[in-house]
Amino acid sequence: MPGAGNSGHSDFRTAAGIVALAAISLLIGGAFAGLIVEGLRDLSGAVAAFDPYMLRVARFTLWQALLSTLLSVVPALFVARALVRHPHFPGRGLILQLFAVPLALPALVAALGVLALYGRAGYFAGLLSMLGGDTWPGIYGLSGILVAHVFFNLPLSVRLFVEALQTVPSDQWRLASQLGMGARAGFRLIEWPVLRQALPGVAGLVFMLCVTSFTIVLTLGGGPRATTLEVAIYQALRFDFDPARAVALTVLQVTLTFVIVFVLTRLGANTAAEASLSVAPRRFVSAGRGETALNGALIALALLFVAGPMAATVVAGLQAELGRLVLEPTVQSAALTSLILALLSALLAAALSMALVMARQALALRPAGARRPLLQYATDTGAGFVLVVPPIVVGAGWFILLRHVADVFALAPVLVVTVNAVMAMPFALRALRPAYDAASARHERLCAQLGIAGWTRLRLIDWPSLRRPLATAAAFAMALSLGDLGVIALFGSDAVQTLPYLLLARMGSYRTADAAGLALILGLACLALMFLSTRLGKASDRKVDSVFG
Amino acid sequence: MKPTANSPAEVRLNKVSFSYGEAAFEFDVTFRPGRITAVMGPSGSGKSTLLNLVAGFEVPASGRVLIGERDVTADPPAARPVSMVFQENNLFAHLTVEQNVGLGRSPSLRLTHVDRTAVAGALERTGLGGKGQRLPRELSGGERQRVALARVLVRERPVLLLDEPFASLGPALREDMLELVAALQEERGMTVLFVTHQPEDARRISHDIVFIEAGKAAATGPVGEFFGEGGPEAFRRYIGAS
Repeated sequence: MPGAGNSGHSDFRTAAGIVALAAISLLIGGAFAGLIVEGLRDLSGAVAAFDPYMLRVARFTLWQALLSTLLSVVPALFVARALVRHPHFPGRGLILQLFAVPLALPALVAALGVLALYGRAGYFAGLLSMLGGDTWPGIYGLSGILVAHVFFNLPLSVRLFVEALQTVPSDQWRLASQLGMGARAGFRLIEWPVLRQALPGVAGLVFMLCVTSFTIVLTLGGGPRATTLEVAIYQALRFDFDPARAVALTVLQVTLTFVIVFVLTRLGANTAAEASLSVAPRRFVSAGRGETALNGALIALALLFVAGPMAATVVAGLQAELGRLVLEPTVQSAALTSLILALLSALLAAALSMALVMARQALALRPAGARRPLLQYATDTGAGFVLVVPPIVVGAGWFILLRHVADVFALAPVLVVTVNAVMAMPFALRALRPAYDAASARHERLCAQLGIAGWTRLRLIDWPSLRRPLATAAAFAMALSLGDLGVIALFGSDAVQTLPYLLLARMGSYRTADAAGLALILGLACLALMFLSTRLGKASDRKVDSVFG
Repeated sequence: MKPTANSPAEVRLNKVSFSYGEAAFEFDVTFRPGRITAVMGPSGSGKSTLLNLVAGFEVPASGRVLIGERDVTADPPAARPVSMVFQENNLFAHLTVEQNVGLGRSPSLRLTHVDRTAVAGALERTGLGGKGQRLPRELSGGERQRVALARVLVRERPVLLLDEPFASLGPALREDMLELVAALQEERGMTVLFVTHQPEDARRISHDIVFIEAGKAAATGPVGEFFGEGGPEAFRRYIGAS
């Protein structure tokens, strides 16, 4: 495809991308600067912080992530296979949709759902006490973390494996049933090769999510024995106020994530989750009666496991005095704060992503002689690397940097908005890039010819054709930000509190009913936004297909 | 002096070289002012590349592109005295017919009274009177290309590049469009470069032919000579006449 020639718009877009990259670098670089300055100031303190306790925390971080990955991915292989082999399983489409819900649910809400079910005073406590013959101690610690992680990652893995299995051409299934392949042969010859290909990617993604998991470990870990690096960083800053230790922990966390990501990319893992899934039933799978029963039981078990905490969230939430809660001034102001911060964060995420997408395309269109490969890489894959830097690390860095010069708690809104925006960016990019590139393919030469460039092009040409994908990206970013407890846990105070922060505070003061009510409200708000996001996404896909000028 | 639509401009590619991946192009060719020249040749020979070089979508590695007396080699597409109509994607799908034409006058759509009158006149001239408020998706394929031609009229540039704009239209519709192009060229005295695969298109409206083969202008001359007995051998092979 011919490029835009020597058009001025290419410079405008490249400049926008450079501004966005500079903003992101400032945010992440500032955090690292804070850590380095503090580390150098108190070098012996930072070095001394590498004590046996810290190594234990690091070991636990990896151990819980490994167990969570095994418990999520291995069962998911079989559940996915069962779902693909039984395209007519009652409610199959619904089950797959239900399995998308945990992706949209804030971790805090899920943690409350798990507690409402398996906690000391949970719905299953009586039953579990009876079975154990002793008073049920509740599900805190490693077991709680594992249950919550599996709740999130089992359905995610199932969906990814189903997607992989659906790439098997239907002719192969037809052939298999014609040749009379049984369940075992079919698995070995058809399903396993596909699953094995998807396995490193899925397992890598889940492992990464569990290593950097903060909210679940904070709420369900319950004590120094079950603490991960991220939670330890938070505790070092919020409770012990020990910046040297925080620096040491952060260095360890960042090193660990970089090593893991490096190993994973070597294995060919895709470290950004894909939530969309087309459900295409395959008709030519024949399963025996015994296998059908086994698969049915497997699906039902997975369904119960995933639906349980969701149902518990709803039931417990409805038992709370929702009317009083909604009228409470603290709740109202927290909700308002949450909405404003999430909206700003969403707008920022959309703007940053748009700038990067524009710059990437402009750079790709340049004639071979005028390429800027490093910049092109930065606007392309480079942006994905922000996922490697956990929000807590960015927050911690700025917290340490700013505590001498300003009231860190007053800066909470700025940091919540910017960090959440940057963290949502990789997802926003995925919504925007295909749409922008397609629009660019249609409009590039026409704009160059007519001299439509800069803001005029943004207003007249790009905005109308990208409104929907931008809304998709913004709704997604808003949902992420709304439910997030990462940065606000560090910077929150009575003056600035969001709904998740308030929820955590109510949990801490054992006002469980209030917490359940807030969780229901928060969960529904995030689900609504995610629903909106996918609806807008689908509609814009259709639009791209049907419009050509 | 800036050439206007009223003073026909010669288009000249002076030892222009350009490469795109494996393919290398070397154009040294002149198009007569105020005439329609059909640019013909096998697929991949470089017809569209030639037009892209004139329009400024591609920049030559060496050589000069001249329009009238002006060297436009370094000019961005919008600054060249050139309008181009593509095979598709000539219109912005979310803008009305009137807006799409208006963009030819002002890239930010700030239109004066004079501009609006010109747009209305161009729509009338191209047979789109009364359709100004429609969106491209409410038009037929032929009508969309008429909108693109209306925009050419309001831009008033002396050179018009047509990159197979009617290739996807049926025979009767294509004939109408060719007649429209011929009439507009006659009125405005534009220099037209017209890429086509159809020998009958070239016969019907063009004065000259430039035959492109393997990245070079292999033969040029008046239409009559090309289709006669003494036409260039390569061209006769291409149209299947020998």
